[in-house]
Amino acid sequence: MTTVRINDSDVDLPEQATVVDAVARTTGRELTDAGAPVDGGRLGVAVALDGEVVPRSRWATTELGAGHELEIVTAVQGG
Amino acid sequence: MESSALRIGSYSLLSRLIMGTGGITDLSALEKALVQSGTTLTTVAMRRYTPETKTSVFSMLERLGIDVLPNTAGCYTVKDTVLTAELAREALETDLIKVEVIADERTLLPDVIETLEATEQLADRGFTPLVYTSDDPAVALRLEQAGAAAVMPLGAPIGTGLGILNPHNIELICSRAAVPVVLDAGIGAASQAALAIELGCSAVLVASAVTRAQDPTAMAEAMRLAVEAGLHSARAGRIPKREHALASSPAAGIINPLEDLT
Repeated sequence: MTTVRINDSDVDLPEQATVVDAVARTTGRELTDAGAPVDGGRLGVAVALDGEVVPRSRWATTELGAGHELEIVTAVQGG
Repeated sequence: MESSALRIGSYSLLSRLIMGTGGITDLSALEKALVQSGTTLTTVAMRRYTPETKTSVFSMLERLGIDVLPNTAGCYTVKDTVLTAELAREALETDLIKVEVIADERTLLPDVIETLEATEQLADRGFTPLVYTSDDPAVALRLEQAGAAAVMPLGAPIGTGLGILNPHNIELICSRAAVPVVLDAGIGAASQAALAIELGCSAVLVASAVTRAQDPTAMAEAMRLAVEAGLHSARAGRIPKREHALASSPAAGIINPLEDLT
């Protein structure tokens, strides 16, 4: 197991977990390697790893390690 | 009269009324208001995903066929603004970004120094920046030069409903801008939305005025009609303002001419 910081909380993930795994776990939706929801529709979510945006195309190949800080954001009401 | 689509960068804005989604908890009431407003572009904010927020607003707008305009609300610096914009582009698959860099929590007034720098960086990164700013005509021009696809001066501070505090400045901004001007913030009543268009604004952004009205759906309709009325009025060519009265009835044939009384 490795402990990653997701949206300011410690989350235990399996070794060699990727951004796809972290997003699937956070949103509770099953995702393809391309980062698309298996149940169809758009996900509407973006990810920053240590302050840098990780494009969806790189989610499946970006491994997470101890001490990584992940922000998973979405659209909310505002403006 | 048909109101033709407005071009903002390469984006076509069909309705001249841009809506906000904040300030209302009842999502079904928000949906009714959005539909009644006839809007085709509506703002959202970017925040951490929580099981509660899910993606409900985004799904709703998608279902209604309304395009999303992500904002950078809550940002104080260029760095945060650019990161928020990049996240929004990635999450929502749009280049549109409402640039909002505020100076302090109490006034929510834009920090125009940070805003200018953020606009330049975002334009360089291929965004279509719609830029919330003060009602300063000199700043509006600088933002345009920095790459703003639209400038969005405030009528009054966010959420105040004070209307357009400096109509002269708004008119001056509109008369010199080569990009669309969108009146953003401060509107409380429909008459103020009509005034914004009459002053030369291409569109109006309304959030609290609708979402916090006692009857949001009715106010949404009022805003839609006001923007339409403003467009008609602006295109009709208003009469010049005069110092003194100008009678509209003929002077000839009055039964008791003034000279007979002396």
